[in-house]
Amino acid sequence: MAKAFFGGVHPNPMKDATCGKAIEKLEAPDEVVIPMSLHIGAPCKPIVAVGDTVKLGQKIGEATGFVSAPIHASVSGTVVAVEPRPHFNGTDCMSVVIKNDHQDTVSEDVKPVENPDELTGEQLAEIVKNAGIVGCGGATFPTHVKISGGLGKVDTVIINAAECEPYITSDHRIMLEMPEQVIGGAKLLAKAFGVTVHIGIEDNKPDAAEILRQEIAKEGVSNIVVDVEHTRYPQGAEKQLIQAITGRQVPGGKLPADVGCAVFNVDTTCAIYRAVTTGMPLIRRIVTVSGSGTIEPKNLEVRVGTPLKCVFDACGGVKENTYKILMGGPMMGNAQYNLDAPVGKATNALLAFCGNEEKTVEHPECIRCGKCVGVCPMHLQPLMMNLYASKDRLDELEALHVMDCIECGSCSYICPGRVHLVHNFRTAKQKINNKRAAEKAAAEAAAKAEAK
Amino acid sequence: MDYKALKLKASSSPHIRSNEDVRSIMLDVIIAMVPALVAAIYFFGFRALTVTVVSVAACVFFEWLYRKVMHKPQSIGDLSAVVTGMLLAFTCPVSIPYWMIVIGDAFAIIIVKQLYGGLGKNFMNPALGARAFLFSWAGTMGTWVASGTNVGVGPVSDAAVDAITAATPLSFLHQGLMPDGTTLLQCFMGQIGGSMGEVSALMLIIGGIYLCWRKVITLHIPLAFILTVAVVTFAFPQGGQDNFTWMLYNVLSGGVMLGAIFMATDYASSPVTHKGQIIFGIGCGLITVFIRYFGTYSEGVCFAILVMNCTVWLIDRYIKPARFGFVKADKSEKKEAAAK
Repeated sequence: MAKAFFGGVHPNPMKDATCGKAIEKLEAPDEVVIPMSLHIGAPCKPIVAVGDTVKLGQKIGEATGFVSAPIHASVSGTVVAVEPRPHFNGTDCMSVVIKNDHQDTVSEDVKPVENPDELTGEQLAEIVKNAGIVGCGGATFPTHVKISGGLGKVDTVIINAAECEPYITSDHRIMLEMPEQVIGGAKLLAKAFGVTVHIGIEDNKPDAAEILRQEIAKEGVSNIVVDVEHTRYPQGAEKQLIQAITGRQVPGGKLPADVGCAVFNVDTTCAIYRAVTTGMPLIRRIVTVSGSGTIEPKNLEVRVGTPLKCVFDACGGVKENTYKILMGGPMMGNAQYNLDAPVGKATNALLAFCGNEEKTVEHPECIRCGKCVGVCPMHLQPLMMNLYASKDRLDELEALHVMDCIECGSCSYICPGRVHLVHNFRTAKQKINNKRAAEKAAAEAAAKAEAK
Repeated sequence: MDYKALKLKASSSPHIRSNEDVRSIMLDVIIAMVPALVAAIYFFGFRALTVTVVSVAACVFFEWLYRKVMHKPQSIGDLSAVVTGMLLAFTCPVSIPYWMIVIGDAFAIIIVKQLYGGLGKNFMNPALGARAFLFSWAGTMGTWVASGTNVGVGPVSDAAVDAITAATPLSFLHQGLMPDGTTLLQCFMGQIGGSMGEVSALMLIIGGIYLCWRKVITLHIPLAFILTVAVVTFAFPQGGQDNFTWMLYNVLSGGVMLGAIFMATDYASSPVTHKGQIIFGIGCGLITVFIRYFGTYSEGVCFAILVMNCTVWLIDRYIKPARFGFVKADKSEKKEAAAK
């Protein structure tokens, strides 16, 4: 039974360019650059040195905290550098550079689990942790934290197959081409949590829903359900998908587990399945390469660490008047300026734009139409927040719950005055976080001084 | 391929925008007003068009002039001045002298709109603000030529106008009487005296449907406004006939349709939440009926909307959407507390 989330927008889906194209394997490049930060949380510590020989699937970065995930070699070969390299987040990040020997010699550590049907939740979390699996939908939150943190609290597991961002078809293709991995992963999660798994999918992918249903029937499992939702952005946002499927709302500052839910992306689910059945850690992502600037749009299976330029090369390059290259979807993706940056664990799309997608104007102006209020899935008032943000009134912003903003971009998308709402909220949230950190530090310093 | 040669922008997401912009919205409003303009020309002659054109030209000119003099970026391309010009013309009698409507345009654009910062910053509907200002010439602004009489496009003398004025349905309603000699159908079609753009309820409703279909406006304000007028006049009828006829005359005559569909829905001077918009619409409806029943002027729509314009910041401040994730929690907590 579909329950709607609040607000939302209907951008042109633009998925036709790639939704009918089968996933092609992109040959691993001669050199991969694997950053030590491919997840939210503490970056990894490199555990290989220049000159070391590494094998496919070998661990090269050790997790340094609880919210962290190890990183593995996506090719076999020799480590030629361990140094800061351009990262897709715009900074330079400590990276391991591996020269590919094109042998794909698989590491001895890569071996299937012996008793996949008898795994407990804790055991599955451990396997997922060792396989370096993170949320492949884009947030890259370490998946083992979600599993171990949700055990006992979660009564509904949701597999996020909404793929609400325009252009992207990677999850769609995954469901069409590897339904056994999706359902296999779903079964593992259902077993680990001991609950029903809901697969949330938008109604613009009826073929995928049908294939998953057939697969479920074939497997004869009763605790996996396909929930078809109306196509509306941001259906695939975690809090919105939970609301659409269960009717529950995750309060600001809380996690899905607090309302008894755990959400996993389709590709994450497949990665869990592969980690259990083959032992292979997360070293590849299906990437949709599309957008008006891409010569030949494709769905590609790409090794983590492949430089972006190699991916575009495989699609015939980009048009000369391309003005924007995005990692991720057009609503929430990151603009890239250096194509030496590598593909990460959650790079679901690479888009090149050369048309009038942005529609920027010289003088953005709020006309108070209130459309942003109507579309905000978090029930915020973007236009008011923007007024306060423009004046740095952080207290008022907090009172308007700016920290609840999920930066989905619906308000900026709909704004007829072309105001850069989300941009201003991001800046404001950063300022509030800085302020909170400073206050906390000051309070701790005061407590210390008192203790003396 | 040499990717370094690309001139790449690295701006914040989202990277796509909806096709709708300020200009397209204003263009939709202009399109929505065309049926009413056609009706005005049909009922009041060619002068209805010339007054509207003069008003639009003056609004665009004053907008251009102000932005030029104040060294601000030009904004006439957004077409909002055209909308203001049309709306002000719509609220005036067709016999208004051209110089007077130009003064009104200057007041609307410079005083009400630009001095507060331009489009989106004005707290009051510019056209209605100007109309209230033009009541300085109450005689001219309160003289309604009969429907179907053509006053010509040239200058008109007060005496000439006086000769062809007629009582509007509103002047009867204001005295608590059923309009004499005007049928409900005439009110609906627009064959009545009144401001040139307000007479044809039918044409205004067609425009309103277009605006809703184009998602320029939602139904909240117009419906709340019109239904409030309907309910209050139905509950407190005058005129000695049945409630229903009295209610229909009230809804169909005067500026209720024009106000509810085109004036009260002005973005800058109406609340942004749906709940707030309903409150705003109800307020407009109540004050309209109060002024019609107890006021000196026979029509209350203009002042009702202006008064409610002044409450918008209050409504927006206190009527907020319920915070995500905190509605259900409160209820379940209450249930738990009750269970204990």
